[in-house]
Amino acid sequence: MSLEQQNRRAEGDPLLSVDSVDVTFEVADGTIRALRDVSLDVRSGETVGIAGESGSGKSTLALAIVRYLDANGRVDAGSITFDGTDLLSASRGQLRSIRGNRIAHVAQNPATALNPSMRVGAQVREAIELHQDPESTAAADERVYEVLDQVNLPDPEGIARRYPHELSGGQQQRALLAVGLSCNPDLLILDEPTTGLDVTTQAKFLDLVEDLKAEYDAGILLITHNLGVIAQIADRVNILYAGEMLETGPVEDVFTEPANPYTQALLATTPEIATNKDVKPIPGRIPELDRIPDGCIFADRCAFATEECRSGDVGMAAVAEDRAHESRCLHWEEVVANPVVAGERERVERTRGEAIMTVSDLRKYYDEGTFVQNLLGDHEPVRAVDGVSLTIHESEAVGLVGESGCGKSTLGRTLLKLHAVTDGRIEYDGRDIHDLSKQELNEFHSECQIIFQDPEASLNPSKTVRAIVERPLKLFGDRGPEARDDRVVELLDQVNLGADIVDKRPQELSGGQQQRVGIARAFAADPSLIVLDEPVSSLDVSVQASILNLLEDLCTEYGTSYLLISHDLSVIEALCDRVAVMYLGEIIETGATDRIFDPPYHPYTRALLSSIPSLDPHDDRDRIRLDGDVPDARDPPTGCSFHTRCPQKIGEVCETEDPPLDDVGDGHAVSCHLDEAEMSDPLDADITGS
Amino acid sequence: MATEDATAETDGERLPPIVTALATNRRILVGLALLVPVVVAAILGEAVAPYDPTETHVAQRYAGPGGQFILGTDHLGRDLLSRVILGGRTSLLLGFGATALGLTLGVPIGLLAGYVKGRTDEVLMRVMDIIISVPTLLLGLLILVALPSNIVNVILAIGVVYAPRIARVTRSATLSVSEQEYVLAARARGESNSYILFREILPNVTGPVVVEGSVRVGYAIMIGTALSFLGLGSGPPNPDWGFMIATAREHIYQTPWFLIWPSLALLVTVMATNVIGDGLRDVLDPRVTGERQ
Repeated sequence: MSLEQQNRRAEGDPLLSVDSVDVTFEVADGTIRALRDVSLDVRSGETVGIAGESGSGKSTLALAIVRYLDANGRVDAGSITFDGTDLLSASRGQLRSIRGNRIAHVAQNPATALNPSMRVGAQVREAIELHQDPESTAAADERVYEVLDQVNLPDPEGIARRYPHELSGGQQQRALLAVGLSCNPDLLILDEPTTGLDVTTQAKFLDLVEDLKAEYDAGILLITHNLGVIAQIADRVNILYAGEMLETGPVEDVFTEPANPYTQALLATTPEIATNKDVKPIPGRIPELDRIPDGCIFADRCAFATEECRSGDVGMAAVAEDRAHESRCLHWEEVVANPVVAGERERVERTRGEAIMTVSDLRKYYDEGTFVQNLLGDHEPVRAVDGVSLTIHESEAVGLVGESGCGKSTLGRTLLKLHAVTDGRIEYDGRDIHDLSKQELNEFHSECQIIFQDPEASLNPSKTVRAIVERPLKLFGDRGPEARDDRVVELLDQVNLGADIVDKRPQELSGGQQQRVGIARAFAADPSLIVLDEPVSSLDVSVQASILNLLEDLCTEYGTSYLLISHDLSVIEALCDRVAVMYLGEIIETGATDRIFDPPYHPYTRALLSSIPSLDPHDDRDRIRLDGDVPDARDPPTGCSFHTRCPQKIGEVCETEDPPLDDVGDGHAVSCHLDEAEMSDPLDADITGS
Repeated sequence: MATEDATAETDGERLPPIVTALATNRRILVGLALLVPVVVAAILGEAVAPYDPTETHVAQRYAGPGGQFILGTDHLGRDLLSRVILGGRTSLLLGFGATALGLTLGVPIGLLAGYVKGRTDEVLMRVMDIIISVPTLLLGLLILVALPSNIVNVILAIGVVYAPRIARVTRSATLSVSEQEYVLAARARGESNSYILFREILPNVTGPVVVEGSVRVGYAIMIGTALSFLGLGSGPPNPDWGFMIATAREHIYQTPWFLIWPSLALLVTVMATNVIGDGLRDVLDPRVTGERQ
C-alpha cells in the first residue's frame, strides 16, 4: 500500500465510491434505464449490503462496478471511484490489474462460475499467477492451500486436486470464495452468495465471511434478496427498488426504524420464525423498467403516497443529521411515525377430520442396480425415502421440512403415484393406491393434486391459461363447455386473477401470476389433498406472502388437506398445523407446528432453527453449526443417521442403535437417544458438531 | 413481449406472439421470398412457362440469353426458361414429400423413445441407428434401378431413411421436455400416454423438429437432383434440373448458360430452405427464445 493510499484511508475516504450512477441498456425497442441516481460507499473493513427483489438492478450495479456490463449497457452518468482510481475512465490495462486482484467478484452460482474441466486448485492458482507473480510453483501452491484452508475447506491439498463436481454446493461456494480471496483483494463483491444453499450451509458461509472480513480488512459489498442475511452480517444497508436506491443507512437504524414505506413493507412481508407474524403482502407489482412512472417509483404501491409523490424528482432526504441514514421519500417523517407493520397472526383452528392418507414404512430407492451388480454385492441403491410413516387427515396442512436431498420431494411424488414404491404401503381412503380399479384410480387422480416449485416449468408454455385451468374440469367434471368457462373465470377470481388473462400464455405472466394459475389448476379438480412442493421458494418475498395467504384461505374454504414440502421453516410455520422434519430419508421429529418450534428439540431441528438468519440485527440466539455435509444416501450412517453431524451425540449408542420415534407428549414425537431434559436445555452459544 | 403484443393487437384479433416473431424474422422472409416463386412456378408449370419445354426450335439452337428466349435455348433449341420452371418439379416433390414422410414416421418414434425411456428407448434407437447407416443416395439409386423412374418409391425410400434423423432430434428434445413439471402435473392428473405425448410434449418440441425438417428438405432436393444427374430421373425429353446439368456439362465451354440456369435454380432453392431453417431456429429454439424474453 502506497503512502498516498494510506493517507487517503486515514482521512476516511471510502474504498469504493459510487456516485449518482445511471445505467442504461439499449434494447431492440428502446432504452431501459436499469439504474438511476444510485450512490453508495464502501469503506475498508465494512460490509455493505444491497437488498432488493428480482429486477431491482442489484446485479447490474455489481457488474457496473467491475465494468462487466453487457455490450448494450453503459454507465450514462455519475462516477465510480475505487481507491482513487476512476473506474469509468480506466484503461483496459488498469482494469485488468484491478479486477480479480484488488476487486474480487464472487458470482452467484458456483456450479457455473467454476470451470468444470479444471481442478479446484488450478483455478485458485490461475488468479494468483496472473496477479501476484509468485516466485515459484511451490510458493503458488503454498498460497493455494492457505486460502483453501482459510475458507474452511477440509484437507486443502485433497480439495485442490478435485474437480468442482466432486464438491458439494457449500464447498463449491467456498472454493469460489477462495478464488476471490487468493489475491488479498481490498474489495470483495458477493453476488447472492448463499442463494441455493441450505440454511445450515448458509449459516456457516456467513460465519466464514464475518471471520474473513476481520482477517483481510477488506470492504465487502454483499448483494442479496434475503433481508435476514443482511441483518446478520452487514454494517450498512442499501435498499434498491426498480433501479433506485430508496433507503440507505446503518443496519440497526434501517431495520429497527425504517424510514421508507418500501423498506417497511419489505420487512412486514418477510416471514420470521416463531414470532407469530402475520406477513403482509405488498399490493401491486414492480414497475416495468421501460415505463418508469414520473415521481416516486414506489408511489403506486405505497399507502402514504399523495399527489405530490407522482411528479417531479424525489431526492434523498436525510433521516439522521449526518446523512448516515437517508430515505428517498417526501413523507419519511410521517412514515416513521406510523410505520407499516405486520399484524399478529391468529392461528385458524381447523377441525381435522378422518385420516385420508396413511403411509406406513414407505421406502423408495433409486438406482437399484442390475441383477449382476447385486449378485456381486458391490452396489448400494440411493435410499431416498427410507422407512417413513405419516398420516394426513382431512382439512389438515402437514409440513415436510428438510435440507435438499433429504428425500422430501421424492416422498411427495411417491404419494401421488409419480414414482413406483420400493416397499411399504400408501393407503388413500382406506385402500392401497397400487391396488385400485380403473374407476377408483381416476377418482384418486382427481382427489390428489400437486403444485410445483417452479411456476414457469409447471405450466405448458404452448397452452393458454384457459386451456390449462380447464383441463382438469374436462377430465374429471361433467360440466358443459359454457359451465366450464364460467368455472375457469371463477377459479381465477379465487386466486385473485382477472378474467382478462384467460387467453394469455404462461410466459406472458409474472412468476406470482404463474403460480396462481398453477394453484387454480390444482383446485379445478376439486381435490381433497394437494402436495405443494416448495410452492413459494422461487418467488420474491413480497409475492410469497400473498401466495401463502391465498393458500391458507383456500385451505380453510375448501377444507383441502395440504402436504407442504419446503426447506424453509418460516413458510411451513405460516401454513401448517403439523410438521414432520426429514433427514436422510427418515422422519426424525413430528408434531404440532408450535411444538416443533419449542423444546424439547431434536438436535437437528434445533440446528435448523438456529441457522435461519433473523431480521433482528441484535439477535443473539444459540448459534449451532453443523459440521460437514449430509452423508451419502447410498451409504447412510449406522444407528441414528444424524450421529455424524450431531452436536449433542452421546456416544456409541448413537452409532449402533436407531432411536425410535418416541412420543414426548401431545403427539410430538422425536427420534433421539437424548432424554427430554437434554433436548430442552439451552446449549452454550457457538456449538459446532463433533 | 410488451411491444409484440401492441403490434399484434392492431386488428382486434390477438395473434400468438410466435406468429409475429415468424413474420418479422428477416431470415425467414428472405428465404420465403426466394423459395415461394420457385415452388409456385413449378406448380403452375405450363401455365407460366412461355414455351412448351419439350418443343424444339431448330432454327434457334444455342441462342444466347436475351432476345426472343429470355434465358436462351439449348442444343436442341428448347426454351431454357420453360425447362428451368418445370425442371424443379421432381426435385421439389422429392424434397417435400420425403421430408413429410420422415416427419410422420420419425416424430412419433422420437416422442415415444424420449418419454418412455429405458428399454423401449434403447431398442427403438438402435433400430434407428441401423437405418441411418444406409447411404441415402445409394438407396435411391438401387430403388430407381429396380423400379425405374418411379418417384413415389424414391420418396418412400428417402422418407424412411430420414425418419431416424428426425426421430433422434425429437427424442433429445423430448428427453428434456418430459422432465418438465407440467408433464409431471399431467401424469398426476392421470392423463393417457397419447395425450401427454401429443398434447403436452409435442407442441414444445416443434422448434428443433421443424428446424431439422427444413434442413432435410434441402438435402432431399439435392439427392433428387443428384439422381437425375445420374440419369435416373423422369428421363428425356422431360425437363429436370439434374439432367439439364448433366447435359450442359458437354457444352460447358461453348454455352455456359446451359449449366448456369439450372444450377442457379438449384442453388437458390437449397439455400432458401437452409436460410428458412436458420430463421426458424432463431424463432423456435427455446434457448434463443428465452433470451429474447
